Amino acid sequence: MRSQLRRARTTPLFRQNPWQPVSDFPPLLEVSHLSKHFGGVHALTSVSLRAVAGRVLALVGENGAGKSTIVKCLTGIHAPSSGSIRVDGVPHVFSGPQDAALVGISAIQQEPSMFDDLTVAENIFVGAQPQGRFGMVDWRAMTSAASGILDRIGSDIDPYATMKSLSVAERHIVSLAQALSADARLIIFDEPTAALSQSEIQHLYTIIEQLRDAGKAIVYISHKFDEIFRICDDYVVLRDGMPAGEGRIAEVGKDDLIAMMVGRTLTEIYPKTAAEIGDVVLKVSGYSHPTEFDDVSFHVRKGEILGFYGLIGAGRTEVMEAIFGLKGRSGGRLSLDGKPIDIASPAAAMKAGLAYVPEDRQHHGAILPFSILANISLPQLDRIGHGIFLNARAETALVEAFAERVHIRASSWHQPVAELSGGNQQKVVIGKWLATRPRVIILDEPTKGIDVGSKAAVHETIGQLVHDGLSVILVSSELEEALGICDRLMVMSEGRVVAELERAAFSSEAVLAAASRGNT
Amino acid sequence: MKIRALGLWEVALFFLLAGVIVLNAWLSPYFLDVYNLIDSTFSFSEKALIALPMALLIIAREIDVSVASIVALCAVLMGVAADAGASVPVLALLSLCVGTAAGAFNGLIVNALGVHSIVVTIGTLSLYRGIAVSIVRDGSYTGFPGGFSWFGQHYLWGYVPVEFLIYVIATLIFGVLLHTTNHGRRIYAIGTNPDAARYSGVPVTRYRVALFALTGFMCGLAAVLLASRLSSVRLDIATGWELQVITMVVLGGVAIAGGAGTILGVTLAVFLIGLLTFGLSLVNVPGIVMNIYIGCMLIAAITLQRGATFVRLHLLSSNKET
Repeated sequence: MRSQLRRARTTPLFRQNPWQPVSDFPPLLEVSHLSKHFGGVHALTSVSLRAVAGRVLALVGENGAGKSTIVKCLTGIHAPSSGSIRVDGVPHVFSGPQDAALVGISAIQQEPSMFDDLTVAENIFVGAQPQGRFGMVDWRAMTSAASGILDRIGSDIDPYATMKSLSVAERHIVSLAQALSADARLIIFDEPTAALSQSEIQHLYTIIEQLRDAGKAIVYISHKFDEIFRICDDYVVLRDGMPAGEGRIAEVGKDDLIAMMVGRTLTEIYPKTAAEIGDVVLKVSGYSHPTEFDDVSFHVRKGEILGFYGLIGAGRTEVMEAIFGLKGRSGGRLSLDGKPIDIASPAAAMKAGLAYVPEDRQHHGAILPFSILANISLPQLDRIGHGIFLNARAETALVEAFAERVHIRASSWHQPVAELSGGNQQKVVIGKWLATRPRVIILDEPTKGIDVGSKAAVHETIGQLVHDGLSVILVSSELEEALGICDRLMVMSEGRVVAELERAAFSSEAVLAAASRGNT
Repeated sequence: MKIRALGLWEVALFFLLAGVIVLNAWLSPYFLDVYNLIDSTFSFSEKALIALPMALLIIAREIDVSVASIVALCAVLMGVAADAGASVPVLALLSLCVGTAAGAFNGLIVNALGVHSIVVTIGTLSLYRGIAVSIVRDGSYTGFPGGFSWFGQHYLWGYVPVEFLIYVIATLIFGVLLHTTNHGRRIYAIGTNPDAARYSGVPVTRYRVALFALTGFMCGLAAVLLASRLSSVRLDIATGWELQVITMVVLGGVAIAGGAGTILGVTLAVFLIGLLTFGLSLVNVPGIVMNIYIGCMLIAAITLQRGATFVRLHLLSSNKET
C-alpha cells in the first residue's frame, strides 16, 4: 500500500508531459523477442512489447493470435521458450503465478475464478490474510483493509458479502482489488467487458483511468475497437503469434488495426446483401412472463433480418427462449403464416419451422465431445432414421449438404466439435439448425467471442439465408453489427420493446438512447 | 462414437476376465465343470438384469439407488397376492407393474424437484423398503403357486437356466437400444450435456422418467426371478443389491459423470464379478472376504479409467500439435 502512494505522487510528472515520446520513460515491463512453442506449434514468435507506468497498452489480435499465451507467459503460467521478460530493467524468470505477483504483475481473468462461498474480504486476501494473535486471521483488519481498497476504486461492494451473490462485473472488481492488495503495478485485463452491461463498462473505464493516473501500467486485451479507442494509449497487434504492428492509438485508425490483425483489408466488416422482402411469416403478440419480459409483440417478414438490440439483461434471450418453447410464458400468442400455433417444446418449435441458435455455444449450442455428424443430426434423428434406428448414411448425407453450406473447416465429419475453433463451432451449430430447413431462424449473439474473419463469414451466411427466403431474427449486443446488417431493429429495455426502427431511421444515437431509457 | 464402441476399457476388462478364468481353472479343478459354471450364473443374473437399465441411467447422468428396495417391494406384494390365490401370470404382471410404477415415481420426483437423483432415490430407498417391511414384518411369504418356480429354477433343454436366458436376451435388447437407435444417441446426448440436448429438441424430462420407469420394470422382472428361485420372501430380500448393481456398471466402464459407457463393458464386468465370486467360493473364500476382492477391483478399475482418460487427452493434445 505504501509503495502505491509513493507511485501516486510521482504520477503528475508523467501526465504533465503527454507530448514526450513513449521511449523516454523507463518501461515498467519490457518483453523482448518472446517465443513460445508447444511441440511443433509456434504460439508466439519473437514478440516484443513494453508497458509503461501510467499508460494503457492495447493487446489486439484475432482469436488464436497469441494474446492469451502472452498473458500466461507474463503471469508465470507458461515458461517462454526463448526471449526475456524484464521488470524495471531486471530480467525475470517466473516459475509460477506467485513469482509474477511478487514483482507486481497481476491478470484479471475474463471470468475470475473465486471461492464462491467465502466473503469478498476473504477472497481479496486469499492466501495473505492479515494475522492476529496465535496466527488466527485478524478479521477486523482484513475487512477494513478490504473496504479501503474497494473504496479507492470507487466500489460500494460489501466486504462481508459472499462471492456467489455478486454479478460478473462485481467479481471483476473483487479480482482487481485482489491484485491491488498484492501491490500490483502491472495489471492485465483479459477481455473484461465480455459479460458486462453498458453502465458497468463505463464504471470499468473510470477505474482503469484511475489506475492509470495512479501510475499503474495497464495491458488491455479486447476484441472491441470502440473500447480500444476509448481507453488505450498504445497498441501492439499480434497475428498468428507474430508481431504485426505497434504504435500509438492516436495515430491509427480502426481500418488500419483490422488490416494488421487479419493481414488484409476488409473493405466492409458488415456487408449488407439485398434480399427481397416478402409477407409476414412469424407474428408474436403480447408475449409476457411473470419476471423476465412483458407484452412483447413483433413480426418478421420473409427475407428480412430483424434485429433485437438491448443491454445485457434486457430480456431478449428470454423472449427468444419462450418463442422456441424452452421457457414458459404467462401470456401471448404466436402465428406462422397467419395461422395461430402453440409451441410448448423445442421439438414443437422445430416442427413448426423455427430454429434457435443459442447465445452460449459451448453449453447450449453444441455437445462438444460429440462429432460434427452427431451434433448436426441430433435435432432430427427421427426424421432421418430407419424408424427408431440410426441411419449412418442419411446422417452423412445431411451433414454433407449443410456443413458444406456454412463452410465448416474440419479434418473429418467424425471430428469432435470440441477440437474446432470457436468460429467453426458456431458454424456447426448454425449448420445443425439450417439442416432442419427452418422458415425462421433466431440467432442469439452469433458472433460473440469469435474473431473478425469468422464474424465476416457468419454475416455472409446470414446474407445468404435471407437471400434464400428465410427470415432471420438477430439478437445482438454489438451496435455496429445490428445497424450494419439488419433491415429493422427492435430495441428492448427491462423486458419491454421500447423502440422499433426502420433501416432508414437507423442511428447509433437513437438506438442507444432508447436502450438506456429504462435504466435511468 | 467408434472409439467408445471398442475402447481401451473393454479390452482391459476382456483380458482381466480371461485372467480370472485361467487363474480359477488353475486353482480349482471344479471351475471348468459345465454344470458348475452354469449354476454360477444364478448368483448374478438377477442383479445383472438391473445393471442394464442402471447403465443407461448413469450414462444419462442419473442414478437410482432404490433398486433393491423396489425389488423387495415387488417381491413382498407378489407374496401377498400369492397368499390371496393369484395365478402365475398375474403375479408376474403385478411385479412388473409395481416396479415400473415405483421407477416412474422416482423419475417424476426427480423432474419435479430438480434435485440430483441420488438424493431422491436415497429417500425412496427407505420409503419402498419401509413399505415392504411393514407388510411382511418378521414373517415370510412362501405360498407361491407350483408353476411359479419355472422362472428361477427351470432349465431349458436340460441345462440352460431360464433366468440366464432372460438375462442374455435382455442384454442383446439393451445393447441394440443403446448403440444403434435414436434413443441411445439421445441418452448419450443428455448425459454429455443435458442443456445442449434440450436446446436441440431432445425431450430431456420425458427421457428421464422413461429411464427410471425402465429401471423399475427391470427391478420388477428381477423380483419375479428372485422370488421364484427362493420360493420365499422375507424382509431382508435383495439387501445391498443397489451397491452390487452399481459396482457392475461402474466396473463396466460407465462414467459416473455421465455421457460414456457401453453395454459390452457392463456385460464383461458382470461376468468378471460373477466368475470371480464363483471361483473364490470354490476355494472356500468366505463371502465377507469376497467383498474385499470386489472392492479392490472396483478401485483399480476407476484408477485405470482415470489413467486411460489421461492418456487419451495426452494423445489428443499431441495430435493437435503436429
